[in-house]
Amino acid sequence: MTRPGYGYDPPSPDQVLENVLEDVLQFLTCRSDRNAASLVCKSWYQAEALTRSDLFIGNCYAVAPRRATDRFRRVRSVLLKGKPRFADFGLMPFNWGAHSTRWLAAFADAYPCLERIYLKRMSITDYDLGLIANSFSSLKELTLVCCEGFGTSGLAVIASKCRQLRVLDLFEDEVNHDEVDWISCFPETRTCLESLTFDCVEFPINFTALEKLLARSPNLKKLRLNRFVSIEQLHRLLVRAPQLTHLGTASFSPSEAGQPPEQELDYRAAFAACKSLVCLSGFREIAPEYLPAIYPVCANLTSLNFSYANINAEHLRSVICHCHKLQTLWVLDTVGDEGLQAAAATCKDLRELRLFPIEVREDTEGFVSEVGLLAVSEGCRKLRSILYFCQRMTNAAVIAMSKNCPDLVVFRLCIMGRHRPDHVTNEPMDEGFGAIVMNCKKLTRLAVSGLLTDKAFAYIGKYGKLVRTLSVAFAGDTDMALKYVLEGCPKLQKLEVRDSPFGDSVLRAGLHHFYNMRFVWMSACKLTFPACGEIAREMPHLVVEVFTVQEVPVEEEDEFVDTLYMYRSLEGPRNDAPEYVRIL
Amino acid sequence: MARSETYENDLHLEATKLRLGLPGSNEPEKQSTSNDVVRSNKRASPDMPQDSGSSTNNSDISDARHEDCPPSSKAQIVGWPPVRSYRKNNLQPKRTDQNADTSGMYVKVSMDGAPYLRKIDLKVYRSYEELLQALENMFKVCIGKYSERDGYNGSDYVPTYEDKDGDWMLVGDVPMEMFISSCKRLRIMKSSEAKGLCCL
Repeated sequence: MTRPGYGYDPPSPDQVLENVLEDVLQFLTCRSDRNAASLVCKSWYQAEALTRSDLFIGNCYAVAPRRATDRFRRVRSVLLKGKPRFADFGLMPFNWGAHSTRWLAAFADAYPCLERIYLKRMSITDYDLGLIANSFSSLKELTLVCCEGFGTSGLAVIASKCRQLRVLDLFEDEVNHDEVDWISCFPETRTCLESLTFDCVEFPINFTALEKLLARSPNLKKLRLNRFVSIEQLHRLLVRAPQLTHLGTASFSPSEAGQPPEQELDYRAAFAACKSLVCLSGFREIAPEYLPAIYPVCANLTSLNFSYANINAEHLRSVICHCHKLQTLWVLDTVGDEGLQAAAATCKDLRELRLFPIEVREDTEGFVSEVGLLAVSEGCRKLRSILYFCQRMTNAAVIAMSKNCPDLVVFRLCIMGRHRPDHVTNEPMDEGFGAIVMNCKKLTRLAVSGLLTDKAFAYIGKYGKLVRTLSVAFAGDTDMALKYVLEGCPKLQKLEVRDSPFGDSVLRAGLHHFYNMRFVWMSACKLTFPACGEIAREMPHLVVEVFTVQEVPVEEEDEFVDTLYMYRSLEGPRNDAPEYVRIL
Repeated sequence: MARSETYENDLHLEATKLRLGLPGSNEPEKQSTSNDVVRSNKRASPDMPQDSGSSTNNSDISDARHEDCPPSSKAQIVGWPPVRSYRKNNLQPKRTDQNADTSGMYVKVSMDGAPYLRKIDLKVYRSYEELLQALENMFKVCIGKYSERDGYNGSDYVPTYEDKDGDWMLVGDVPMEMFISSCKRLRIMKSSEAKGLCCL
């Protein structure tokens, strides 16, 4: 920090220390490192607060917006998360909260030069989008993930007013159809756009306007279209934008059925011209006969998302056999065990696999089993993250994966039939999940399913020393299960439990740990009102929310609470909760 | 369904019991309802048999109350399997009607006083009777019969919907196909609040 003036006054030792500290601390990017640094002493706390440019709020109710903006004065980028993950599955009451307005208003006040806004599972209205557009003239990136409450009118305001915008990414949001042509609202002159993602928008957009937008967006590298763009239209876009690195291919089918197949050559050339393409997604209404068009780019692909594509093993094989560099694969279970075998044979570098079910029901035959899982474990030794939905599984396959893939950080297995045992031995799935926590020493995220006794949880408590997120559904026998976990897993941050027989003693067992956690969710368990009330009284910095289905909450002894959602908070109980949410 | 456990186990009556469900599964007999089951607040009664190998599922208990419903598709639990509704609703390719108005398929349904919104697929219902029956089952209310003159006079709740123009209309006035193509969301109103709609 230079000082104005004609003489040179040497700075005091404290000032020097602060200057040096600030210079050094600005290189610290990792959040936990920064948190640690801020605890050293007061001057480190202040220096760190001044140099933190990325603000991460994991729970929008954990702290009041003013408190955050008062401490961190020079923030350029904010990431804000609202509802817990189980809200995605309809387990959250209507209008629960996570409203963005008060946070955005605080940011508008404190950070007029804010450049990046990332919101996940927040409720954001068109008014809020207007607030963003009017408050942050330097905004470069807006990313909304799993949000709801806004529509095309809000998008239109962002498009027209955020002139510096480089990134507008909408991932899995619920976007209201206000019938506003927002694509036409981008500035008429050259735009700064680098990334435009709108594959979750469930209604048509103005395609002509989109073509023109592309023509004046020379920096555009990532374009993820929604399913209302046909493959012919995709072709037109591709030939204008061969510099794309990430492409969401929209419907990937012709606008009228029965297009002559000689069009295929044309598509191949268009894709072949995209030499930088590394990530493909979309394929929302795929006509598989067009798949050969993407062969030319397969060798460079690192990420392939077929999770909306109803394709079989042969279709997948024809593509994946070229994808030697693939690191991320999302796919539907229609590809079957055979399709997974094909992927395992080629994708030696695979880091992440997500396999989704085409039929989201418990009682179907299913297309994949332990055979597919085993094949993946044997072929993809570098696997770090897996999400696998299936109807039947064996302990042996899970144990094999635990040994073949020691680098696993995320293991989420969903055996869709509740309480379903190993289908070969009829045993519970305890040994499989036990092996995962035992052998995968880097594991931080675990989701369990199938028939599980307390034993599985004993394993988790004993070996899951790095586990931060645990998801449990229809599992366990007694309260001991969760006690093992709460007492054994020091890093546990997020616990989500549903439909399991855990009662009040679990709450007492976790008292020592709840302040270290972001949240605990327990729905359809055996918790009583009095016990939840006790926790609320004993832990003043824990907000204990209880949801009830009935209109008049009943506090009788034998009535179990529908849902307990509790989280640490410096702010205390919120005042925006709807009537079905009781804060104890 | 409370019984003395030991007697039943000795006689191995489980093996010969006739019931719905996959062979080998030990879920108790249940009547299936329409697509989603609302979770009951009442938990398992204390004398419910608890086998060591499995835990009784609370949602199964609530199924046992739905004895008057015609069995249709197998009962599903809310939010299970855990796939986001966006993904669930968008897996069926709609190749034929790319330009067709899709605003009439999955719509949100709210009911005054109920905390959870639901979603139903309007295309599944061939008539208003089927739709109203499904809504009655889903929300456990009485909606009653529609009459052109009086609307839903006499019942506690009235089904209304928001159309493409943003107006709230009474369900049943227009032909089913027209309703399906223009309905954006449903709301089951308390009849006390719906007076304006019903008095024609």
